[in-house]
Amino acid sequence: MNFFASIGRTTLDLLREIGRFNIFAIESVSGIVRPPIFWPLILKQIMRIGFYSLPVVGLTAFFTGGVLALQIYIGAARYGAEQFVPVVVLVGILRELGPVIAGLMVAGRVAAAIAAELGTMRVTEQIDALTTLATDPIKYLVVPRWVAAVISLPILVFIADVIGVFGGYVASTQSLGFTGSIYLNNTMNALNNHDIASGLIKAAFFGFIIALMGCYYGFHSKGGAQGVGSATTSAVVTSSILILATNYILTNIFNFFSF
Amino acid sequence: MARVSSTAKVELRGVKKRFGRKVVLDGLDLTIEPGQSLVVIGGSGTGKSVMIKCVLGILRPEAGEIYVDGMEATRLRGRGRDAFLRKFGMLFQGAALFDSLFVWENVAFGLIQGRGMQRSKARDIAMEKLAKVGLSAEVGELCPAELSGGMQKRVGLARAIAADPEIIFFDEPTTGLDPIMADVINNLIVDTVRGTGTTTLSITHDLVSARKIADRIAMLYKGKIIWEGPTAEIDHSGNPYVDQFIHGRAEGPIKMEVKA
Ligand SMILES: Nc1ncnc2c1ncn2[C@@H]1O[C@H](COP(=O)(O)OP(=O)(O)OP(=O)(O)O)[C@@H](O)[C@H]1O
Ligand SMILES: [Mg+2]
Repeated sequence: MNFFASIGRTTLDLLREIGRFNIFAIESVSGIVRPPIFWPLILKQIMRIGFYSLPVVGLTAFFTGGVLALQIYIGAARYGAEQFVPVVVLVGILRELGPVIAGLMVAGRVAAAIAAELGTMRVTEQIDALTTLATDPIKYLVVPRWVAAVISLPILVFIADVIGVFGGYVASTQSLGFTGSIYLNNTMNALNNHDIASGLIKAAFFGFIIALMGCYYGFHSKGGAQGVGSATTSAVVTSSILILATNYILTNIFNFFSF
Repeated sequence: MARVSSTAKVELRGVKKRFGRKVVLDGLDLTIEPGQSLVVIGGSGTGKSVMIKCVLGILRPEAGEIYVDGMEATRLRGRGRDAFLRKFGMLFQGAALFDSLFVWENVAFGLIQGRGMQRSKARDIAMEKLAKVGLSAEVGELCPAELSGGMQKRVGLARAIAADPEIIFFDEPTTGLDPIMADVINNLIVDTVRGTGTTTLSITHDLVSARKIADRIAMLYKGKIIWEGPTAEIDHSGNPYVDQFIHGRAEGPIKMEVKA
């Protein structure tokens, strides 16, 4: 009996959580069409989410691009296809690694920061205080963050793309004996709007996921410092998993439409 | 769905609220007349803060009705809810200041965000309200984290009264203040109410404060109001629970839930 009771309770808890999340997501998205919109807060969040993530995203993109070139070279050399290294690096960075690496790095940085900040605001009743001052916390806290993330991530990923390809260029010319001008030429010839756009579309989705998960876990954290800590962890873990899953789905969709 | 019920400013009818299996409010009835200062006393953890949060819609009661100016409030949403909330000022037990904003921005928040007032004008009002609670303009330029607990409480108070609301809730306004500052705050509450016809609901453990600011006192016990009457009658209420509470005796009908 106890066994079934606990299954029942777990199922109910799960359903309740899903319902709560859906309501939160719908209110957060619809908040953008219900005035007021807090533009200064959006700008501030773009600085915090986008601008301050530049160093970490740039560094990871550089090393990822470099190591990608080195590994592809190993495979390509087996078939005497070394000249395809620039193209594969380009496509790999633009379509996959740029958005995914930037997404995961920003998830670690930003989802955690958002969850910790909003979680602290929740447990110190600052979110309740917003309500009593006739300010909708969803519009004041959540909407600026997700809008800023959706704007910032594609820009970050675009920069990561450039740096990542440059990383591949550096590795290829320094360690693999490529001639710089030829490498660049091959890269430029292979450049394709679809590759760029598909990565940037992914980035916008990832930005939304990161901000929404950070806000959701922060908003619903309870129980003092420990609760805020576990909200932070959940936000990072969940947004990372969702980024990878969404990436898989989006890649399938793009492939299906030959985009 | 607006329904005129009575002349009361705030009225709670049969409000029930529980968390999981723990019943906190169990059919609570309470009426506050316009311009009245009601103080609710009661032991720690009896649900005084929860009661206030139910009125403000921060918590949703499972049952019961809450009327403010004769309008049912528990199902308000959107614009209607914003207009409803603009009637209120609230001092939180833990002050709940926004730590990302300066002190004066905290005080001016309801004016700027809630009412769309210009920043410079709101700032002047904020500084004026800070002065009322005994804080200088320099304090207005600090961050909340740089203040002592008592100062934070006073900033919270300034924020609650900043927009001159019709109804103000004070959740333990004098807790954590020295006796002299507590008296300053008591006087401030009295002045706010007497001068302007503001309706207030205060929660306190501090009977000195309660006697000073209350027109009427109500006692909350086990999720219900077990006694209510004019301030002068509290000393001869004839209610053993109230007697035990105001004399601070461990022995009596109220058993603290302390397990050995
Ligand atoms: N968000 C919540 N989730 C679960 N339980 C809660 C929540 N808020 C309050 N409670 C419980 O409700 C009860 C009443 O809490 P409340 O804060 O109203 O007490 P109080 O009367 O204000 O006490 P105090 O005088 O110490 O402030 C407590 O037992 C508390 O554990
Ligand atoms: Mg309380």
